[in-house]
Amino acid sequence: MELTKEQEQAREAFKVFVNEHVAPHADAFDREQRIPEELIMLIAQTGYFGLIVPEQYGGKAGDMITYGLLCEEMGRGSASLLSLITVHGMVAQAILRWGSSAVKERWLRKLAAGEVIGAFALTEPNVGSDAKSVETIAVKKDGEFVLNGTKRWTSFGQRADLFLIIAQCEGKPTAFLLKKDTPGLSLEPIKDTFGFRAAMMAELTMNNCHITEDNLVGRIGFGVTHVATHALDYGRYTVGWGCVGLGRACLEASLSYTAQRVQFGTYLRKHQLIQHMITDMIVSVTAARLLCLNAGYLKDAGDPRTGMETSIAKYFASTMVVKAALDTVQIHGANGISNDYPVQRYLRDAKVMEIIEGSSQMQQIIIARYGYQEYL
Amino acid sequence: MTLDEIKAKVKPFLFKYIKKPDLKDDEDFFASKLINSLFAMQLVMFIEKEFKIKVEDNDLQIKNFNSIDSISALVTGKLGTQGG
Ligand SMILES: Cc1cc2nc3c(=O)[nH]c(=O)nc-3n(C[C@H](O)[C@H](O)[C@H](O)COP(=O)(O)OP(=O)(O)OC[C@H]3O[C@@H](n4cnc5c(N)ncnc54)[C@H](O)[C@@H]3O)c2cc1C
Repeated sequence: MELTKEQEQAREAFKVFVNEHVAPHADAFDREQRIPEELIMLIAQTGYFGLIVPEQYGGKAGDMITYGLLCEEMGRGSASLLSLITVHGMVAQAILRWGSSAVKERWLRKLAAGEVIGAFALTEPNVGSDAKSVETIAVKKDGEFVLNGTKRWTSFGQRADLFLIIAQCEGKPTAFLLKKDTPGLSLEPIKDTFGFRAAMMAELTMNNCHITEDNLVGRIGFGVTHVATHALDYGRYTVGWGCVGLGRACLEASLSYTAQRVQFGTYLRKHQLIQHMITDMIVSVTAARLLCLNAGYLKDAGDPRTGMETSIAKYFASTMVVKAALDTVQIHGANGISNDYPVQRYLRDAKVMEIIEGSSQMQQIIIARYGYQEYL
Repeated sequence: MTLDEIKAKVKPFLFKYIKKPDLKDDEDFFASKLINSLFAMQLVMFIEKEFKIKVEDNDLQIKNFNSIDSISALVTGKLGTQGG
């Protein structure tokens, strides 16, 4: 599949940005467990937060392939930083798709400019994959909603200004926007995780948070089927591409290391068992990229098949990147687990890819079911 | 577009996902376990692409999506206001 000239140019610009501002510092982000504010501001100024937001809201109205290429490069540099693009984009997309015109006017311009950072709060201490069973409660009272509950693992929860919350309202999952400064909302940083250490995750506690009715996104009862599903589809798409980027980082590290390291009187690259691992990496990264491109083309075409194809792409890409990262560590021998090399971070981050935006098991369930619909 | 023409387009899409050949036009399939978690958004995208209309936040009511009749009525209404 060929990219357009504009997509090629955009890709080059993303690559330069990541090579300069992300990749050389990603180990430090991981160690310090944060993304520096200056980098978030730089991403905002460069217009990346508004890449696929329509021009009427100050965005660049880019296509989904270009967006994918951005995610690929970000994933190559820092998976934690990619997750900022992911969750921020999920909030913007949920509003764009299902927000009222007033909600769109209020938030989209600010989100596109990066003046407001968004985070997506679905998962709770007791509820992950079974999203429709969230325990956070929203009660409608005197023209307001009152939110009570706890959200966990909210990426960039430490930094976000605006949260998309999924809560039960009248017994049905419903989506709401909640501002960081809402009285009753408290945030606890989540630290020292295995992977995505710089994703600035937080646990959110909502204790009688009052929000006005116009913070509803979509309608009561449509928070999971329509709002979260739509947001997660975008999230999955970014993660699929991010895995392609992380897979490339693994491949590049492996190629470079095996071209320098000598054992048994010759470079590692000359050993056929090493070549086997390199081959598998090249093939699987290429295959994952094609699946992501396919999902992206279908998205740009507004084709309903894109949801399933995105799920397939994310499942494959996250599975392949774990194998690629394991092999990369193996190729590096003891250096592979050393802090002197980024490859141990690649492995830690790769594993997370199989859990977020719908775990591999959730993808398997959906994809198998689709198989019976499509092929039987 | 007549109601029958709309239904003729809606049915093949639905029957791909809902394996119930005897599904009646007014039968509620949304409440059943016949569909997966991606289906609701696939249906929205199908309606928008096939009929060149926009489904908006205030259309989000189960009664607009839960049967062949209700989807066709939604499309008819939208074609009237948005012109297709
Ligand atoms: C780094 C990181 C960042 C995250 N960021 C966010 C965020 O920004 N916002 C947010 O809302 N959430 C976020 N999450 C949470 C993430 O979405 C959940 O971890 C994920 O949905 C899985 O939920 P769980 O952890 O509760 O696992 P569970 O749902 O408890 O599942 C545990 C295991 O059982 C498997 N399983 C569950 N049900 C079945 C079944 N029916 N059949 C077979 N296997 C099954 C799962 O695949 C998993 O392997 C993040 C998580 C991580 C690790």
